Amino acid sequence: MNIEQQDFYTQAILSMSALVGLASFLMLGQGRLLRLIFVFAIQGLLLTLSTAVAAYSLHNPHLYISAGLTLVLKVLFIPWMLRRQVLAMAMHRDVEALQNKTLVMLGGAGLTVFSYYVLHPVVQTASTVMVNALAVSLSVVLLGMLLMISHRQAVAHVVGFMSIENGLFFAAIVATNGMPMVVELGVAFDVLVAAILFGIFFLHIRTSIDSLDVDRLNRLNEVDQ
Amino acid sequence: MSWLLAIVQTLLFMALSPLLAGWLKWCKCHLQNRRAPSLLQPYRDLLKLTRKQPVVAEHASWIFTRAPYIIFSATVLAASVVPLIAVDLPTAASADVIVMVAFFGAARFFLALAGLDIGTAFGGMGSSREMTISSLAEPAMLMAIFTLTMTASTTNLSFAIEHVLNEGLVLRPSFVFALFALILVTIAETGRIPVDNPATHLELTMIHEAMILEYSGRHLALIEWASQVKLMLYGVLIANIFFPWGIAQSFSGAALGYGLLAIVGKLAVLALILALSETLFAKMRLFRVQEYLSFAYLLGLLGMLSHIILEAAR
Repeated sequence: MNIEQQDFYTQAILSMSALVGLASFLMLGQGRLLRLIFVFAIQGLLLTLSTAVAAYSLHNPHLYISAGLTLVLKVLFIPWMLRRQVLAMAMHRDVEALQNKTLVMLGGAGLTVFSYYVLHPVVQTASTVMVNALAVSLSVVLLGMLLMISHRQAVAHVVGFMSIENGLFFAAIVATNGMPMVVELGVAFDVLVAAILFGIFFLHIRTSIDSLDVDRLNRLNEVDQ
Repeated sequence: MSWLLAIVQTLLFMALSPLLAGWLKWCKCHLQNRRAPSLLQPYRDLLKLTRKQPVVAEHASWIFTRAPYIIFSATVLAASVVPLIAVDLPTAASADVIVMVAFFGAARFFLALAGLDIGTAFGGMGSSREMTISSLAEPAMLMAIFTLTMTASTTNLSFAIEHVLNEGLVLRPSFVFALFALILVTIAETGRIPVDNPATHLELTMIHEAMILEYSGRHLALIEWASQVKLMLYGVLIANIFFPWGIAQSFSGAALGYGLLAIVGKLAVLALILALSETLFAKMRLFRVQEYLSFAYLLGLLGMLSHIILEAAR
């Protein structure tokens, strides 16, 4: 079936999934923390929009609540909190030198192809939108992991972790047409708690090694001194 | 009838482009709390320049004096390929979008030659910069346009726009990417702010202006006019490919009038967005431009890929 013959919902979800995937790639290549957080907020906004589109076209009003939660948490609160911490720790001027940026990007492209390869036989019988959107959300999860591996700042790790959650959330919307409200509330609350916990961890890492560069965690203080 | 319309449309391109430049300047001045010149100022400038006697350097060869005419005519020919108020142009049958890009290439070639011809340091520097940027921008632009042509399965702009129109509102992921890519390329190719500053007086940062530093009088008027036509042409490309609604599909008076109104409105909005982005962003370093353009190319490539992957029939 060509895209012209699909309904509006399918077209919108496909466009959103392409943009969500692009946002993940942008995060992967981003060396500045504030911009990384900004792109993360954009990805959250795209998720909000796709949830709202799903709520509208599937006549599923409780998805509006979920969209609102996403908006408040992932577009406003968590980026605001991360941004405040980055500014407070004066890390916004550091440009993180990514080791081998090209290789990481190529790896990201490989992961995207891999997720298509894995998912194609699984959901072959389902609709086009399922295969594509699920493959994109799996690749968002994998790209989030790659982001955590390739960046050295702890803040970037948190953003990577949150974008993994974004990928799972997108998959949930597309595949199940909206999870039960209890599950969504639970997930949203978990994310919130995780964000706050990470904030406390930042403080601890910073007081013990005087930096948020996790590569320095490999060295033991006692041995080095 | 249709040939007459094609000629009228090209004349409209030439007549309206200074107005677009004036409107852009007007928006920008108001956004930056400055007093704006009149909307007709670009016309007055062109008129003033044509009345003045051109001063040509002693060592200038024939290329220097011929180049403005070649640049202007190539740009106008490129404009004649693009549907402005009506689709189904007779010129479209003889030239497609690749020919249009080739016309731009020819104009740019002669502009760069003219910059080198006088032998001043700034002219040569401007030419070398212009060529560097265009060699990166051209593939990105072609990628963005190929996304459209693959969807419509024709490289002919008239037919492609008609195809998009007849399809109605279809949300395509590939078009979103292609739109962003084309906007980035437009900014680079027409020398607007993040890439080049059209209003600069500092020779070291000039790109387009550095090449035409030695021009004066009617030669300068022609080059300025050509670059205004080029800006409008890119605006029309964006407006008519991605938002073609309103363009006339028949040759009746009402449809044509409506088409003219629609394109003027769309261009006014696009210019407003451009003025806003020029106010918000600062010019970037010259060595960041290749990063910017490779991002545009990446977007174009992603558009093509998502056309193949996300929109393919299964």
